[in-house]
Amino acid sequence: MERIPILKMGRFLLVTIQVDLYDRLALDLEANIIGAITKNNASGVLIDISAVSIVDSFMGRILSNIASMARVLDAETVVVGMQPAVAITLVELGLPLKGVYTALNVEKGMELLRSKTLSDDAESDD
Amino acid sequence: MPNPTIKVTATETMAIGVERDVIHLTAYVRMQAVLIGMSVLNQTKLITAASELARNMLNYANGGNVTIDLMHRDKQTGIRLIFADKGPGIADIELAMQDEYSTGSGMGLGLPGARRLVSEFSIESTVGQGTTVTIIKWTNG
Repeated sequence: MERIPILKMGRFLLVTIQVDLYDRLALDLEANIIGAITKNNASGVLIDISAVSIVDSFMGRILSNIASMARVLDAETVVVGMQPAVAITLVELGLPLKGVYTALNVEKGMELLRSKTLSDDAESDD
Repeated sequence: MPNPTIKVTATETMAIGVERDVIHLTAYVRMQAVLIGMSVLNQTKLITAASELARNMLNYANGGNVTIDLMHRDKQTGIRLIFADKGPGIADIELAMQDEYSTGSGMGLGLPGARRLVSEFSIESTVGQGTTVTIIKWTNG
């Protein structure tokens, strides 16, 4: 059974998708990420798609779903490492990627997650 | 509508019956696109369109067959994909080709999105008999 690993890095979760997703795998991934957010009290999810060659409307929906579900649990989602050809195709396809933050690479994605979740911390400290 | 000036040099047919078939299809099309020297961007556009159309067949018609043709017309070379299903057909093609129109659970991007990604696009559908979508991506187009 294939399974996409979810790594814990401090307050964040790191997910690297290295295969093209199909229904079962995508649904498992959604459930596993949501489970991992709850279990680890994570405040952010970083999804690396640098090895993904197709982002079609199915994949786009999965990414949006994960971001929406994570947000309900007070965690932000950043998608990083999109290949240039995939980015161009995504725009021509007309995919909105609702509620998903994107960053160029893992490093920038971590910075973005920190800034998103730090401001939340500051607000909650008031 | 077959174009008389199109010459097909190789052809292959794949059945799309389950989710995993879509991945096999896109992997095969990618391989063929690499063989004829298509740029990475055009490869990505073609396989993304193929993925959309193959998933459409699964979602709305319970699957179907895809014919993959390596072909040339004049001095252009390219790949032609024909998606044929025996599903319910599309009553109003004009409506189905509009952005954000969807009868299923998708984002309604399948047909119009796929059309934007390829060089040539045509669709024929008969209610109760099925739908055939033909796309062409030229190596340099």
